[in-house]
Amino acid sequence: MNDSTQSTPKGTVAQERIAVLRKNKAFVVGSSILIFWIICAIFGKLIARYEIDQMDFEATYAAPSGKYWFGTDGLGQDIYSRVIIGSRLIILIAFSATALGTAVGASIGLIAGYLKGTFDMILMRILEAISAIPVIIVALLAIAAVGGSSTIITILIIGFIFAPNVARTIRAAVLAEAEYEYVAAAKLRSEKTSHILFKEILPNVMPTLIVEFTVRLGYAIFAVATLSFLGAGVEAGSPDWGTQVADTWSLIFSNTYWPTLFPAIAIASLAVSINLISDGLLEVFEL
Amino acid sequence: MLRFLVKRTGLAVVTLFIVSGIVFFMTSILPGDQARQLLGREASAESVKLWRIENGFNRPLVVQYFSWISKVLRGDLGMSLQYDLPVSEILAPAASKSAQLAIVALIIIVPVSILGGVVAAMNRDKLADRLITVGGLSATVIPEFVWSVILILIFGVAFRIFPISAFPSEEDADLLIRVYHLILPSIALLLVLFGYISRITRAGVIEALDSDYMRTAVLKGHTKRAAVFRHVLRNALLPTIAVIATQVPYLVGGLIAIERVFNYPGFGSVLLAAVTAKDFSLLQTAVLLTGVVIVCFQLLSDVLFALLNPRIRQRVAE
Repeated sequence: MNDSTQSTPKGTVAQERIAVLRKNKAFVVGSSILIFWIICAIFGKLIARYEIDQMDFEATYAAPSGKYWFGTDGLGQDIYSRVIIGSRLIILIAFSATALGTAVGASIGLIAGYLKGTFDMILMRILEAISAIPVIIVALLAIAAVGGSSTIITILIIGFIFAPNVARTIRAAVLAEAEYEYVAAAKLRSEKTSHILFKEILPNVMPTLIVEFTVRLGYAIFAVATLSFLGAGVEAGSPDWGTQVADTWSLIFSNTYWPTLFPAIAIASLAVSINLISDGLLEVFEL
Repeated sequence: MLRFLVKRTGLAVVTLFIVSGIVFFMTSILPGDQARQLLGREASAESVKLWRIENGFNRPLVVQYFSWISKVLRGDLGMSLQYDLPVSEILAPAASKSAQLAIVALIIIVPVSILGGVVAAMNRDKLADRLITVGGLSATVIPEFVWSVILILIFGVAFRIFPISAFPSEEDADLLIRVYHLILPSIALLLVLFGYISRITRAGVIEALDSDYMRTAVLKGHTKRAAVFRHVLRNALLPTIAVIATQVPYLVGGLIAIERVFNYPGFGSVLLAAVTAKDFSLLQTAVLLTGVVIVCFQLLSDVLFALLNPRIRQRVAE
């Protein structure tokens, strides 16, 4: 796209979209919750009331009170502080994995959609095969094969599992874009394929890519939380919502609900916030 | 239609072969030594080597793969390293338990989701519609284990309406009691799947409501509600069923966490135990089986779509 003629209307389109987003209640609520958790992830130490590993053996399994807002767990650790700090790992893993998956997937999708032919056909078969196994199961298989779980491994695994889905979405968008004259024009100017892909087509499939990113981010939160609940997402003992639920949920039968309920609500609020954001974006981009 | 069926089935078989390759090479190439896992850290290098030769792990990977896949195709699924039992003897009862849970879940999920979609469509853009669509989709993104824990807390502990375990403690509990134990885990699955299915139904019903035959039905003197149930639902139902078939991977993936919380000895529990014990022969087969089930349902949904829409049939057959 030629910038001098397109920049003015492009600017107004962006402004218009932001104005629409601001009026979208779901988007505003969703991004407020997400911003809250991101602030907790970065400045958690300032918001937490105790050190996360500070134990109070006088008050194990203490019910929520003025001293311990969300109560304490079996080691007398403050659950409020652990929930605030616990946002860090899940947000870090989910964002990194989604960024990785989107970058890899978008590149594959761009190339497959543009080149078509045999390359595209083989690629699509492989992508179809990968998506024939649920994300959680592939991740568990990979974690068992690698022989242990860590933050980096979880990021890599979820990133690579998401790449095919992103690739498929972007490929479909590229197939539609490739029909337009601006692509033919670029070909006539004998631009390099990489220029056509990343400078011409990519900016035009950007709305699709942004929405796909937020949708995948929601799935990443879902997957990371589930994996760490199953004991396979992060190192044992890390302050992490899924791990907290895994460690304490059997206590709910004896009505000691607070060690489980608060991290569970935290997971739900983060997941829903991202869903509200992607819903708002979908409406604005009119996809 | 026959051309379409043959071609689509062929593609499914190709996909399954790729799935088997991915599953096999993922467990073989990635670091992590099965022999060490099994024989323990103290095992001598000599005994590890011997074990690898005895179990054929010293052969080239491609040879190992073809020996594995040809055995699987002949129905020989191998031995579980962890239980020292044939894999099929472990997987069959577990898979049947999970299937029971899935059937009870679908019996609840399908009518409730369709009803939700119809109600949303008939109150388009009103409060009920917003509640069902936004609420349904928000529920969808919350992990099954979070729902399970919350459901147990509300209905199992606070109000004691449903049992907290998915499996009756008596050995020979009758059907009704077994189903009763499966209701709470099914509701957890419902909450995760409701959003997608009701959205598809809603779209189908809205399209049908705007159609000419709907206007004719109303002109003929039917009330709107009667017309929806007599004419619209019939048209909106098949795409809904086809979409439900595409949701099966989510259902299968969700079973692992749900079976863990509800202490249910199904397929997901076996899979998770195999991961923990690094029982790769069991794990490979279990994951491959998951792939088979899911590819079959995808095939089913594509065939349903093709039955509904001749244009799709044409495109694939060409």
